[in-house]
Amino acid sequence: MKILVSGKVQGIVLKSNDPINFLGTVDKKTGIISDKNHELFDKSIKDHILVFPNGVGSSVGAYTIYSIKSNNAAPLAMICQKADLTVATGCALANIPLVIVSEKEFDEIKNHSKILLDTDSTTPIK
Amino acid sequence: MELTREEESALKGEQGEIMQMAYRILVATGEATDAEKLIPIEWAHLSGVNYNTIGDAGEEFLSGISKNARVKVKTTLNPMGFDIDNVSNYGLDDNFISKQLSIRKSYETMGVNPSFSCIPYEIFDMPKEGTQVSFAESNAAIHANSFDNLKTNKESAFSALASAITGKSPYSSLRKEDSPNLTIRMKIDNPNELIYGMLGFFAGKVGNNSVNISGVGEMDRRSCKALCGGMGTSGTCAKFLFGDGDPSCEKVDFDKKEMNEIHDELNTAEKGDLITLGSPQLGLEEISDLTGKLKGRSFKKRCMIFCPRTVKEQARKIGYTNELERAGCEILADCCTCLTPLISKDNVDSVTTNSIKGAYYLKNSNGVDVNLKSLSQIIEDETR
Repeated sequence: MKILVSGKVQGIVLKSNDPINFLGTVDKKTGIISDKNHELFDKSIKDHILVFPNGVGSSVGAYTIYSIKSNNAAPLAMICQKADLTVATGCALANIPLVIVSEKEFDEIKNHSKILLDTDSTTPIK
Repeated sequence: MELTREEESALKGEQGEIMQMAYRILVATGEATDAEKLIPIEWAHLSGVNYNTIGDAGEEFLSGISKNARVKVKTTLNPMGFDIDNVSNYGLDDNFISKQLSIRKSYETMGVNPSFSCIPYEIFDMPKEGTQVSFAESNAAIHANSFDNLKTNKESAFSALASAITGKSPYSSLRKEDSPNLTIRMKIDNPNELIYGMLGFFAGKVGNNSVNISGVGEMDRRSCKALCGGMGTSGTCAKFLFGDGDPSCEKVDFDKKEMNEIHDELNTAEKGDLITLGSPQLGLEEISDLTGKLKGRSFKKRCMIFCPRTVKEQARKIGYTNELERAGCEILADCCTCLTPLISKDNVDSVTTNSIKGAYYLKNSNGVDVNLKSLSQIIEDETR
């Protein structure tokens, strides 16, 4: 596991196997995903621990993550399988904890489960 | 990643919120790119300036951080959306202009040099060989690594901004080493700048961090810039080395077939409604050369020329501007063909250009068709 942005939060998992393009497909005010073809269409990422493979699309998407946080519509934390610079810098700007996990760890995280993410702990995901 | 005690303290917030955010960006970027530490840099060149690309989210972010953030090292800036001297000629809406001016003000407040140029390597003095810099503009990063003996990764707008504020950058990829695993064999004879642009575009598609290019001879400034611009557009590759490279390198040819494929991908029109020159922006050398080539001739249609403000001022003093305006050129400082809001599909169907980088963005962002021609062909066909 790689810790890109550290932090400690507890919350409910919202998981998708689709990558997320933050620029243009996530509403900045509500955190609702507006892409009809996305697994999380019409769901809000707000106050969840968002688990998805990786970000895609323009690096400007990092500003979007910052805006979502400024509007109090951001996830509590993000867990990805692949590090991409848009999500990494976006979470860094917005101070949203972000970790990168292996495929096996990714598969083990169940949608709607309650988890504790603590990047200082020896078992960061509980 | 190993951090020094001072870096740790900044990351914990003991040096204020801005420093904490900047170090969070560096650590996130560094962990994502397997850096083992941060190293000092001497110069940051920032992207994320044009309101057309960063939008309201970017404008608000910059306005917010500019209250407290100050840059620690020499920091220069990519082009913005227009030239304030002649913006009224282009029908840009007031909201765009005021948001763009707010972005400008935020950067100036932070202590950034408002150079609005994508060719910092041509308008500023170059640091000594081997100096670590942090360039977010792709063509400038490639030029710095390949022609100026500087070291930079292809930075994001954010990592370069964090580098400007902290004076540091993650020690990863091209900062450490550059042993390409691929050699491109250039097979086209007597290439002009358009062909170098296509070679660059091809290299960006097939290369990873860096590539060798064999079979190219001396290149003029225009061709070097075209090669860098093309490569930065199509991929993540940020350095080329001239020569055959290590014998174990995989070899690919750039021949007529590869060239024609790129030409067909980007050339979608037989002719253009207007001409643009400059992406990357033209330097004084190219302006001088163009003035010489145009002696007594005039463009049959609009020709927009993009250059840095310092170049526009020098050109005016030397007398090139008079000559170019007489030939029908519109000279624009501080902005560039790439991602310009001044060309829209509402009033233009197609654009003629010799820039591969310009062509890619005109087609994909502005939604207009593109007619590719070398500069000499443009002068032959489009002037009288």
